[in-house]
Amino acid sequence: MNAAFTHKPAPDRPPPRISVGAVGWMRDNLFSSWMNTALTIVAVYILITLIPPFVQWALLDANWGGRDRSICDANKDGACWTFIKVRFLQIMFGLYYGANPDQVWRPVLAFALLIALAIPLFVESFPYKRYVSIGLLVVFPFVGYGLIHGQWFGLPVAETSQWGGFMLTFVLASVGIVCALPIGILLALGRRSNMPLVRTLSVSYIEFWRGTPLITILFMASVMLPLFFPAEVDFDKVARAMIGIALFQSAYTAEAIRGGLQAMPRGQFEGADAMGLKYWQSMRLIILPQALKISIPGIVNSFIELFKDTSLVAIIGLLDLLNMAQTASRSIEWKGYDIEAYLFAALLFWICCYGMSRYSQALERKLDTGHKH
Amino acid sequence: MAEHHTKIPWHRNPKVRSIFFQVALLAATVWVAATILGNTVENLEERGIRTGLGFMGGAAPFNVGFSPFIEYKLGESTYTDVFIIGVLNTMLVSVLGIVAATVLGFFIGVLRLSPNWLMAKIASAYIEIFRNVPLLLQIMFWNFAVFLPILPAPRQSWGLGATAFLNNRGLYLPSPIVESAAGVWLMVAAIAATIVGIIILRRWAHRRQNRTGQPFPVLRVALAAVVVVPVLAYFAGGQPFTLDFPFLDTFNFEGGMRIPTPLFALWFALTTYTASFIAEAVRGGILSVSHGQTEAAYALGLNRKRTLDLVIIPQAMRVIIPPTISQYLNLTKNSSLAVAIAYEELVNLWAGIALNQTGQALIIIAMTIAVYETLSLGTSAFLNWYNARRQLVER
Repeated sequence: MNAAFTHKPAPDRPPPRISVGAVGWMRDNLFSSWMNTALTIVAVYILITLIPPFVQWALLDANWGGRDRSICDANKDGACWTFIKVRFLQIMFGLYYGANPDQVWRPVLAFALLIALAIPLFVESFPYKRYVSIGLLVVFPFVGYGLIHGQWFGLPVAETSQWGGFMLTFVLASVGIVCALPIGILLALGRRSNMPLVRTLSVSYIEFWRGTPLITILFMASVMLPLFFPAEVDFDKVARAMIGIALFQSAYTAEAIRGGLQAMPRGQFEGADAMGLKYWQSMRLIILPQALKISIPGIVNSFIELFKDTSLVAIIGLLDLLNMAQTASRSIEWKGYDIEAYLFAALLFWICCYGMSRYSQALERKLDTGHKH
Repeated sequence: MAEHHTKIPWHRNPKVRSIFFQVALLAATVWVAATILGNTVENLEERGIRTGLGFMGGAAPFNVGFSPFIEYKLGESTYTDVFIIGVLNTMLVSVLGIVAATVLGFFIGVLRLSPNWLMAKIASAYIEIFRNVPLLLQIMFWNFAVFLPILPAPRQSWGLGATAFLNNRGLYLPSPIVESAAGVWLMVAAIAATIVGIIILRRWAHRRQNRTGQPFPVLRVALAAVVVVPVLAYFAGGQPFTLDFPFLDTFNFEGGMRIPTPLFALWFALTTYTASFIAEAVRGGILSVSHGQTEAAYALGLNRKRTLDLVIIPQAMRVIIPPTISQYLNLTKNSSLAVAIAYEELVNLWAGIALNQTGQALIIIAMTIAVYETLSLGTSAFLNWYNARRQLVER
């Protein structure tokens, strides 16, 4: 009614310019104290000494063109990516496919099939996961082997000794994890069994493989495995490495799954018993579906370790990504460009491992239902 | 109502089933083990190799370049010596790596939580780069692509005065020469006494603080004692050893001691790789102490430094130590990758060279595995003990 007396507050004054925007952010995060300012100066110094020379060498001055080393030898200030370009197929797919570029569609098709089969499994609402999983785990290995190795469907044969590069790294790691999963589940259940002998055997098996470096196991697989079997049984080198890796990995998978089993509330076990389910029924229907879900981040983490560790097969003479890159950089045509080879291999490994670790972190956040705290 | 309880048939009795299953499992395990062992022995004998420990006493027909603890003589030293040198060299690089990785890892882990945005980002970039690239690749990179090509030839060595030299054969350092054994023992005894003294002092200071509230600067006194006592003992013992400095002969260095380039590269790679994992453990440990603890300590009137020393660090260490010890074990196992750059440790020397020379695959691989298993079981026994002890403290 009486408008003259209504209190009208003056509009808020803007915050001091020094505490907002870029300046305010820098004051808070870079120059909040003397110590902080000193750290900023050191950090800027580190970045200036590392980044610009690297960018100059790896990108600005780098050699990209040509098909041989003449262009690189003429410009020694920059990286020689020509080498990677020329040997790309070899580093990715190994000796056979590096020498037969017309056959490269085979591993590429196998990889594309794998991706096409795997993607639906990550889509929450996809209804036919069971059939796709069976296709992936039972049918695909034969199709993939047939494509990459050849012989069937009249394809030219690519001997396993000629496999290599990123393809071999990927095959070793995925075969390792797929074979390790069932063994790992059995071992994890065995470790929590009521039967003392089963428990003892599982614990000894797990601790045995976890206590030894993978390289010793690969030595054992390549030197001793042929001795373990009667003389007429023979494995090729890749198969030996696969067996060693799968046994090694099964112990780590078992520990990841044990973590999931331990995180399960007791009520789930008791509830399953109360419903009159038998041991395997309760495991299959109640316990494992939940426990495996909780242990996925742990399994992914152990897979990242395995993926990095497959590079150890280089020591027993397999031409995986690392060894293939190194071998290429030691060939007569490209001698002296080993930094480029190592950096390219490191970049590929890094992209895969970093991607998986981000995935595992996101999964952990999603699966964390907040019951822990 | 009729009695519905019928006796369970024996083949449905859980106890009987459990015993039956375990006996069957044991039989299967024994059968598999026996078959494998039988096949192996048979295969080895077919190749003319009689499995046994007899070869251990024979002289090894190859040279061992780096053996800082035992003297190796080609033609005289036995396979037993080779095995011991392998174990010692593995332990040498592991201990060096553990010390350096702990320091670097704690430094980077703390930096990762620094209020300085730029430093925190650099630390996190370090962690993400080093732990997501295979260690073997890093070892080869440092050895073949960095240290070997960059380091100069012996004649153009980089020197630190006339005491230490770095070239592509390795790092040359002065080595101690014992003049009087009694004096050295005096020094060792003095250092041991200092350590015991510091432990007693710490207990006394702890008790005094509990009783009176008066803190005692144990760390400063301990640091001073650690520096002063050995120096005093050195002169009291009549200067029991002198230093042998390396010097350039016509083509190579003589005297002093040499840390070969592969050892240096391996140590460097193991340190930088493992530090990235320790840094994550340190970060997790510090974050695990809830902020309420800090606030409560401030409310009690403790300043920032004493809050860290008395409240945050003791609680964080409980979370930090177990994963860090597992990383120590990993580092020790990873030192076996030395085989790729020819540093002469257990796997390279024993499971590699000695195995190729003798063909005694069974014994040699078993001994190699036994060494690592011992280390691993020892570590996990310690961790179980530590966790059990710490759990009592927990609420």
